Amino acid sequence: MSDNGTFEPVIVGFLCNWCSYRAADLAGTSRMGYPATLRDIRIMCTGRLDPTFVLRALQKGADAVLIMGCHPGQCHYQEGNYKAIRRFALLRRTLRQMGIDDARVQLHWASAAEGVQFAQTVARVTEEIKALGPLDWPHNWPNEDPYALQEANS
Amino acid sequence: MSEQEKRVGVYVCHCGHNIAGTVDVEHVAEWSQHLPNVVISRDNKFMCASTGQEQIEEDIKEFGLTHVVVASCSPHMHEKTFRNACARAGLNPYLFEMANIREHASWVHPNDRDGATNKAKALVSAAVHRVVHHEPLEPMQVQIRPETLVVGGGIAGIQAALEIADAGYHVYLVEREPSIGGHMAMFDKTFPTLDCSACILTPKMFDAGAHPNITLLTYSEVERVDGYVGNFTVRVRKRARMVDEDLCTGCGSCWDKCPIKIVDDVFEAGMGYRKAIYRPFPQAVPKYPVIDVENCTYFKTGKCRMCEKVCPTEAIRFDMEDQYVDLEVGNVILATGYKLFDCRRIPNYGYGRLENVFSSLEFERLTNAAGPTEGKVVLRDGETVPESVAIIHCVGSRDKNYNEHCSAICCMSSLKFAHLVMEKTGAQVYNFYIDMRPISKGYEEFYHRILSEGTTFIRGKVSEITDAAHAPDEEGKLIVVAEDTLIGRQRRVPVDMVILAAGLEPRADSQEVGYMFGVGCGDTGFFTERHPKLDPVATATEGVFIAGACQGAKDIPDSVAQGAAAAARVLGTISRREVALEPVRASIDESRCSGCRICNNMCPYNAIDFIEAEGVSRVNPALCKGCGTCVAACPSQVITGAHFTFDQLMAEIDGILVDVTGEMPLVTEVV
Repeated sequence: MSDNGTFEPVIVGFLCNWCSYRAADLAGTSRMGYPATLRDIRIMCTGRLDPTFVLRALQKGADAVLIMGCHPGQCHYQEGNYKAIRRFALLRRTLRQMGIDDARVQLHWASAAEGVQFAQTVARVTEEIKALGPLDWPHNWPNEDPYALQEANS
Repeated sequence: MSEQEKRVGVYVCHCGHNIAGTVDVEHVAEWSQHLPNVVISRDNKFMCASTGQEQIEEDIKEFGLTHVVVASCSPHMHEKTFRNACARAGLNPYLFEMANIREHASWVHPNDRDGATNKAKALVSAAVHRVVHHEPLEPMQVQIRPETLVVGGGIAGIQAALEIADAGYHVYLVEREPSIGGHMAMFDKTFPTLDCSACILTPKMFDAGAHPNITLLTYSEVERVDGYVGNFTVRVRKRARMVDEDLCTGCGSCWDKCPIKIVDDVFEAGMGYRKAIYRPFPQAVPKYPVIDVENCTYFKTGKCRMCEKVCPTEAIRFDMEDQYVDLEVGNVILATGYKLFDCRRIPNYGYGRLENVFSSLEFERLTNAAGPTEGKVVLRDGETVPESVAIIHCVGSRDKNYNEHCSAICCMSSLKFAHLVMEKTGAQVYNFYIDMRPISKGYEEFYHRILSEGTTFIRGKVSEITDAAHAPDEEGKLIVVAEDTLIGRQRRVPVDMVILAAGLEPRADSQEVGYMFGVGCGDTGFFTERHPKLDPVATATEGVFIAGACQGAKDIPDSVAQGAAAAARVLGTISRREVALEPVRASIDESRCSGCRICNNMCPYNAIDFIEAEGVSRVNPALCKGCGTCVAACPSQVITGAHFTFDQLMAEIDGILVDVTGEMPLVTEVV
């Protein structure tokens, strides 16, 4: 797909209810265009992001995952985004060991007022994933279910 | 409920052309028919209209729908509307889910009809997959405490406090300065009526100070806020005045005799002096002075105590310490006001370097009868009456280098200045403006009055104010350089005095204050309202309202109106007595909890307690705010975050990737 330049990545987004989801709403009300590659899921806080969600999205065939939350220090729940940073660091390390490029799982911030930044982030991530090509984890993985493989090895 | 018994209704909204202009709405509705558990899928011109809502209600009854999905705008817009429609038809409102195909699809992919349509399908699929895992939930009812906290004692805060107090409920009015009154107390006249500012403000200040339902906490700041709508706990630091309020009569002997004289940067805008023990202005409420410990000789050297000696009631208390007051309130109104743009930031205007360049607040003090010159308009030397004055509009506003926003008041205050200068000095006045924006009631008429009084209006943004003379008539003058865009050439206007109509900015600490109360700041730094048009006084946090210039630059009438509006909202919640809280809460399955206590430290609200006797953790639902951090952290996966459960989110992920997983392609031909 990526060869002829028509590859449109599928990016699953996890947006916190208070900042980044509202930034996405603002991008909408201000009609700031960005590629239709992001499919977003609302969570109350990035602190709710169970790393399993990211693995699930990749396992089910997403090319990338974009997590967005409030700026550090501006979390609606005071410090949920700090918890997200810590989990993100560990998750990324795990994914790296599985051969997943860092660009495929990204964490960014957008306040409720940053519609422009939100749109720019989606556009930038889309370009990066286009350059990387499809992940196609379900088919590239030796076993269709990564958890099953884990269990088989243990 | 078994899988087969789940019956989902899907409603895809056109929103006029807002969605249908980009997304093929009929097609999305048709496609959604094939999603699992969907029994009916329809499109509708306006789902939020009564016909759209009634359609949902009828279908719930006719088709026995157990779950409902509406694909339309943001849930922040209409989630409540559709939840209520479900509830009216007897369906628990939490068995509803919204897919945002307007803000997140049609409006952001206007040139990509296929992309937007496919994305809309994926979002609908996600909602359908998720909604079947929804459980009926009941909102938590909490009592509303009738007390209210108003932060900021300017005109907006005073108005809000008086409205609530007059309605019979108690208000705590917290003000950082020693007196309430805010910026309005510094002004001489108000536009467009030229009412004396103090004459219309002081009765209100007095009422607020004497009202049995208002507790004034001046010289105080909010330190901490805990709790939630209806039940906030607020810690206020009352700075030590060093004066016993029960004994002080406000006679003034202390400040008369105090030997220390300091430039007053706050109330006099640096134009006048005050003593180390001082009352900011004669009409101050409360009337008691404060000791400025940084400048007081006694606090610096241990000697003097002059004020103590002269005080007839022995009210001076040098050993007074800051006090902490804990308040229990049901609602909060933020009315923290604005900060004036610092004109030094525009070096080419020479403010702070050229002595006869004044800021607008300095001129307000200059022309105020209670000000440093007793209302005489004179140059910085204190005696020379200017023969020509230039007033520069939009200083630090409508300028991409400083603030992009219009400060809303400067056109009118500049017109007022022009009138006052002419009235008091007879000087020739030049107003340099970009556009005239006298937009409120009576403002245009005032503009015409000033025009007819003989002020010269020059349309052009001033590039420089200089004392470098190019011609003999410019010697010893300030030369205002601007392009007169109406005649299309550069002009140099020599004047004696320049007044810069400085813009309004958010308070320097607005970010921190906003964070403390859970209120966001937009990119201009002003507090963000819940909805810019339809909900301008509420904020993203239930029970916290905003009024006055902290929400955006505005003049006195608008601040008063917004203060009263915020008060009306607060009174509304008080008279309801209780409020329903979202049941989005965490709960722990104690039978499976291992008692590891990881969640205990995760919670930012200390809502999880470890029950020593039983060896398990337990969530206090009144304190839990539903962020879900503990849910994601639990190594045994026994914490459930209601409405954002593991199953719901996993299903949503699967649903949003409906095409990639091979469950159902997005492209129609294949269906």
